[in-house]
Amino acid sequence: MSAFANQLPIGLSIGAVLLLIALGLTFTFGQMGVINMAHGEFIMAGAYTAFLLGDLVPALPAAFLVAGTMGLILERAAIRHFYGRPLDTLLLTWGVSLVLQQLARDLFGAPNVQVPAPAWLSGGVGILPYNRLFIMGLAVAGVVAVWAYLTRTRLGRRTQAVVQNRRLAATSGIDTGRVDMLTFFVGSGLAGVAGVALTLIGPVGPALGTYYIVDAFLVVVAGGLGQLRGAVLAAAGLGLLNSYAEFWSDASLAKVIVLAAVIAFLQVRPQGMFVLRSRALT
Amino acid sequence: MIRRNLPFAAVAVIVLVVAPLLLEPFRLSLLAKYLCYAIVALGIGLAWGQAGMLTLGQGVFFGLGGYSMAMHLKLTEGGGLPDFMVWSGVEELPALWVPFGDPVLALATAVLGPMLIAAVLGTLVFRQRVRGAYFAILTQALAAAMVILLVGQQGLTGGTNGMTNFFDVFGQDLADDSTQRGLYLVVASVLGVLYLATRQLVNSRYGRLLVAIRDGEDRVRFLGYDPALVKTVTFALSAGMAGLAGALFVPVVGIISPALLGVVPSLELVVAVAVGGRHALAGAVLGAVVMGYAQTAFSEQFADGWLYLQGALFILVMTLAPKGIIGVAERWRRARTT
Amino acid sequence: MRIPRPIVSAILVLSLAACGSDARPAGDSGDIKVGILHSLSGTMAISEVTVRDAELLAIEEINKAGGVLGKQLVPVVEDGASDWPTFAEKATKLIRQDKVATVFGGWTSASRKAMLPVFERYKALLWYPVQYEGLESSPYIFYTGATTNQQIIPGLDYLKEQGKKRLFLVGSDYVFPRTANKIIKAYAAANGMEILGEEYTPLGHTEYSTLVNKVTQARPDAVFNTLNGDSNVAFFKALKSTGATAESMPVLSVSIAEEEVTGIGVDNVVGQPVAWNYYQTTDTSANKAFVKAYKARYGQDKVTSDPMEAGYNAVYLWAEAVKKAGTTEVEAVRKAAGGIALERPEGLVTIDGESQHLYKTARIGIVQPDGLIKQVWDSGEPIKPDPYLKGYPWAAGLAGQ
Repeated sequence: MSAFANQLPIGLSIGAVLLLIALGLTFTFGQMGVINMAHGEFIMAGAYTAFLLGDLVPALPAAFLVAGTMGLILERAAIRHFYGRPLDTLLLTWGVSLVLQQLARDLFGAPNVQVPAPAWLSGGVGILPYNRLFIMGLAVAGVVAVWAYLTRTRLGRRTQAVVQNRRLAATSGIDTGRVDMLTFFVGSGLAGVAGVALTLIGPVGPALGTYYIVDAFLVVVAGGLGQLRGAVLAAAGLGLLNSYAEFWSDASLAKVIVLAAVIAFLQVRPQGMFVLRSRALT
Repeated sequence: MIRRNLPFAAVAVIVLVVAPLLLEPFRLSLLAKYLCYAIVALGIGLAWGQAGMLTLGQGVFFGLGGYSMAMHLKLTEGGGLPDFMVWSGVEELPALWVPFGDPVLALATAVLGPMLIAAVLGTLVFRQRVRGAYFAILTQALAAAMVILLVGQQGLTGGTNGMTNFFDVFGQDLADDSTQRGLYLVVASVLGVLYLATRQLVNSRYGRLLVAIRDGEDRVRFLGYDPALVKTVTFALSAGMAGLAGALFVPVVGIISPALLGVVPSLELVVAVAVGGRHALAGAVLGAVVMGYAQTAFSEQFADGWLYLQGALFILVMTLAPKGIIGVAERWRRARTT
Repeated sequence: MRIPRPIVSAILVLSLAACGSDARPAGDSGDIKVGILHSLSGTMAISEVTVRDAELLAIEEINKAGGVLGKQLVPVVEDGASDWPTFAEKATKLIRQDKVATVFGGWTSASRKAMLPVFERYKALLWYPVQYEGLESSPYIFYTGATTNQQIIPGLDYLKEQGKKRLFLVGSDYVFPRTANKIIKAYAAANGMEILGEEYTPLGHTEYSTLVNKVTQARPDAVFNTLNGDSNVAFFKALKSTGATAESMPVLSVSIAEEEVTGIGVDNVVGQPVAWNYYQTTDTSANKAFVKAYKARYGQDKVTSDPMEAGYNAVYLWAEAVKKAGTTEVEAVRKAAGGIALERPEGLVTIDGESQHLYKTARIGIVQPDGLIKQVWDSGEPIKPDPYLKGYPWAAGLAGQ
């Protein structure tokens, strides 16, 4: 295959990484309006879980629990006092992210650690190595699971109800506090799963989260708050754009092009691709 | 009127007279650095504290100001091409930089450039009613993009290294302690003037409009105002302050580099404003000085602990004292007088 | 709006505190204060903390042996926080406030460039321990790491000997890779080698699929890698996952030492060549003592690497120069330093008085399955430092001449 054609699957696989890191954010940021800057550190927590277990597959559920629990604690201890003040959560969670980074440095040391890739992931099909295919598969599975959770379970439907109209949901007897808690648990847990997947392709160290946080927010913003299909399309689009932009120029310029594209896109669709209609005044 | 300005006058005397007498030159130029950050913080206080626009990209404007000034210093010190161009293999001065040999043009670009960019960006996004978290993340993306651009254009900007090794500013030897003291006085005076002007603005009709927009933009629109225009003007003003601060920062600190204007430093300044107290302009200024001082002091004592402390401080302020130091102080004062 | 009175008092207290913190206990007149300035926090801490440890070890050893001029060395450690302006600020503090005799510090080129004006302004001494891009020779800096003709050019000589004629250049986007690649291109043009591509990625970049696609499509004989830090991890993982091995795609790296191998994953770099002046396995008696002392001091699982050794050497070289000068006074030490030759872990090093760089032996090593690096080639004798590459006709016209 020509180098040009190769960029198509590469773009999709970059998109899968973006989707995976942003999936948890569509929950916490999209559903609850909480700007969680510590999302990157939950990803990091997932990666370190994989390091501690030394094996990828058991690390997936373990990382979900570890990162989810961290999210739960964060939500209960601090964030729940901040609903309706999304910008304040940004600063709060930024503080949390600094503390978690330093904590990782003290617990695991400053140098990167190594998570061995399982032997069954060596090799590949065409241009795409198995580890990339694994990540794509994981992203698809994640999306399906999130979709099923939101539309097919009682809890998921309650979550959606709270997102659309918190007060009405509360009056209808939904315990919004519990829903918030659960949503944050799931959203943070998804970050942990992403962290495990990232050990296959990137460094595992205290700075891990900082490398991905801006990209993750861009996907959610471009896709539209709380919109699963928006996040999927945005991740794929940004992945392809990144892949071809880097192919034609270089990595630095590709990043700038992607950022500029998101900024320009928001000019056309200020609320992202898909908008949750609401009559609320701001 | 006199009573009202008494605290300001007291602070002005301390900053302009007492500090230069008491502090040794090294500490004084550190204080000058914090005051540069305080100018940026003042702009953030205006845009965020008053008008509710959380801008996470002030570093971009700070950087534009800083690079304009740095280039001016490089071009006027003689000795041909700036050092970083020589080792980047650039053979003649790129046309972009030629006008920066002129001090007036360089200073004007440092202030008006950021204002223009903010005005264009503001017009675009505020008309589309991009706000809140979207605006915050958009400006953060802008800061990220700016850093990558600056780093990538090594021949034009000095790349990761940025620009450093300046010898004099407007004919004054930078190595001289008296120059540093003069620079300190300039920075402090600029901050004082900007503070008074911004306070005037905030207390005017325009200031009340800002707060109204912060608390209910659509309602203001229904009253017949154009919130987009008001916000754009405010954003441009805060950008201009950041640009001026950047231009002052360069001779004081002696370096400008992409690391000073990325996502993290932009965010750190916003946090400083929150720590000081975002709803009061004095809080913004105070926050910047306190956080700057704390960073220096703590990194000198226990380097490893700084991140913990910084993080813990944000968490504490946001959860326990959302109005910052000023808010705490005001509550304390009220409790005492009643 | 008015400023509440407590704020006024707060500012007062703050200004006083700022003066107060200057009142450090003055050093005993029997001590010599030396500054150590590395990033202990931030992205560069990974690398720089180990150099600080090596420098502190050298200071302890010298003190145990009786100190310098009969005085004990007292290190003043500051954090550069991976932030170039902070390096300049802390350097000023060490010189002006702590009045240290010399400073050992820095890692990135950017931090050195930021400190350079400070040291020149106050006529103080900096010992810089890391290989760098050359084209610099400050009278107030001693460079104890390699300049380009002691690392990059020997690396190219090695590739040429191996018959690798078609190269692909991959680097992080900053001054060292860009300068190194300019030299590589000039070398290639003069030696009948072909450059198939030159790519830069931002520092901290972690997505290498596209770049690896470009590299594999170009089918080079070898890759010359000047990536820095975490990017190496992502790059080698992406390369390995395409099925490439050290045989099918050799990658010569100049920023991967023993410290980094574990983080990248030995599997991903095993068999790949690197270029340095020193390895933990370098076979000298001085090195055996150094490795033993380092492990005893900091832990048996620790490794030693080239920049650590260069930092360790810097302290000994400065101490030797002070002994020769009979004083810690900067100009006297500078004058005395020229020509000092010491047997160090990497072998004989000599200070070149003119450029203030060291004569160093270049070594190519191969990453072993145990994570250490085994030497496979050396330059035979220490190479005279040539930061401006004046001795290489093909390099005429490169910037900075």
